[in-house]
Amino acid sequence: MAEENPDGVVIGLEIHVQLNKLNSKMFCACSTDYHNSEPNSNTCPVCLGLPGSLPVINEKAVESAMKVGLALNCDIVEQTQFHRKNYFYPDLPKGFQITQYDYPIANDGKIVIESDEGEHVVRIKRAHMEEDPGRMMHIGNIEKSKGTLIDYNRSGMALLEIVTEPDIRSPKESRRFLDKLRNIIEYLEVFDSNLEGAMRVDANISLQGGSRTEVKNISSHKGAERALLYEIMRQKNIMRRGGEVTMETRHFDEEKGCTVGLRSKEAEHDYRYFPEPDLTPLRVADRVPKVTKTLPELPDAKRERFLSQYGMTEMHAKALTSDIRVSEFFEEVAKEVDPKTSASWVADVLKGELNYRELTVDAFKVEDMISIIQMVTQDKITEKSAVEVIRQILDYGGKPDEIVRENGLLKVEEDVVSKAVTETIQENEQAVNDYFAGKEKSLNYLVGQVMKKTRGRADAKEVRELLVDKLNK
Amino acid sequence: MITKEDVEHVGWLARIEIDENDADEYASQLNDVLNHFEQLDEVDTENVPPTYHVIDLVNVFREDVARESLTQDKALENTSSSKEGYFKSYRII
Repeated sequence: MAEENPDGVVIGLEIHVQLNKLNSKMFCACSTDYHNSEPNSNTCPVCLGLPGSLPVINEKAVESAMKVGLALNCDIVEQTQFHRKNYFYPDLPKGFQITQYDYPIANDGKIVIESDEGEHVVRIKRAHMEEDPGRMMHIGNIEKSKGTLIDYNRSGMALLEIVTEPDIRSPKESRRFLDKLRNIIEYLEVFDSNLEGAMRVDANISLQGGSRTEVKNISSHKGAERALLYEIMRQKNIMRRGGEVTMETRHFDEEKGCTVGLRSKEAEHDYRYFPEPDLTPLRVADRVPKVTKTLPELPDAKRERFLSQYGMTEMHAKALTSDIRVSEFFEEVAKEVDPKTSASWVADVLKGELNYRELTVDAFKVEDMISIIQMVTQDKITEKSAVEVIRQILDYGGKPDEIVRENGLLKVEEDVVSKAVTETIQENEQAVNDYFAGKEKSLNYLVGQVMKKTRGRADAKEVRELLVDKLNK
Repeated sequence: MITKEDVEHVGWLARIEIDENDADEYASQLNDVLNHFEQLDEVDTENVPPTYHVIDLVNVFREDVARESLTQDKALENTSSSKEGYFKSYRII
């Protein structure tokens, strides 16, 4: 069955990925660790665009870009170079952005995603390197702003712009694609998605018979889905009224959840690209074999391995490999306790509790997970209690054994219950006689006595069964 | 052919104010320059790869090592307009 797409939605994405695991920026030696720095304390003449400064290419940035290209099944270009893309905007101190133009470092790749009818291929048109601009902030709110403040700490960070072919057919698919892309790039250890501004998305979208609009300023995967849903609705409404969708650039307002047209003056550009004379061309295709060797096991391969190595379900394998940190967490746990049991606890329980709290797996310790699972498999605590322990750790911290002790979650040993039952029968002759005389109620009384003796930690249903058992022996 | 409108458009892109009276003259001067360069079209460039860079050098890299940056004061030294450690510009949307 084909994916339902009655409106003929066509979506292409441009994703900016910041190579923020590098030590230094793309063309200068300023640190990439600026997220907690004072504004403009992480700059130099190169990234401030001062006259006479000279950019020099960060070798590792190029190799990181090649890594991403190869992981996305792209070809690495034989020879490439950088261009100047000219436009005036205060976040760009030089008046141009150094980027790649006609020869992107990587092109013609693909990512396979899950869709409602099975696997779906999204082709990657190209991936090119460029520098990140600075960050702008408005004084006061955007409508009544008195001026704009600029922080160049981010200026010159290495970016990789990944451009897809228009192969995406719904907002949901675009989210799946973005999740998968982020996952792959995180596996490569060239980028940390938790840092602010690590991944930014622009989307091109059209409906059958209409023009295409570009939506900018999307900063999250959820945001992408919302922006696209809004844009589809907007375009549909225009077409329903007999109007025409105009080709334009629109800005996504995350707070209001809508897209707003930009004045065409700012949307129309004449970039006058020309080769950057300050940088030499790159000829790096001969490094492909070397870089390929550094590629780690990627999500799809890891999923296959989890299936065969641990014999887990397809669903668990998928859930555990959709985030490299979760997969590493799981493998650590699985070294100590049964992998299938671990898979279920990590994928079904822990991941759910983390998602609910919008936390990553870094919020939980491997050793705690191991000790909780061990307590369950050794029958010391119930599964329900184990979930409770996980919640307590996430909400208030603490160690599993302490939480179990403080909350009296230890299961009462069976022989303790059994002893309490025997004692109760001996001590309550009257009630026992009543039971045999057919008074069902007296059984409830006896259960209550056992529960009293075990201070409520025995399972009432088990106690009842045990009582009936012993009485009828 | 470069028109007066082209001159004005390019002037806007470069943020140069061009007096309307001068635009015609600039257009004709620029056309002279272009015509002059058109002589190059007569050269047979079949099988000649484009020259993107005049020096025959590739792969000039630096190692991925971070060094100390300028201080905030130093970075802001050349601007006439700053606020709380930021460069300040007129309102941009």
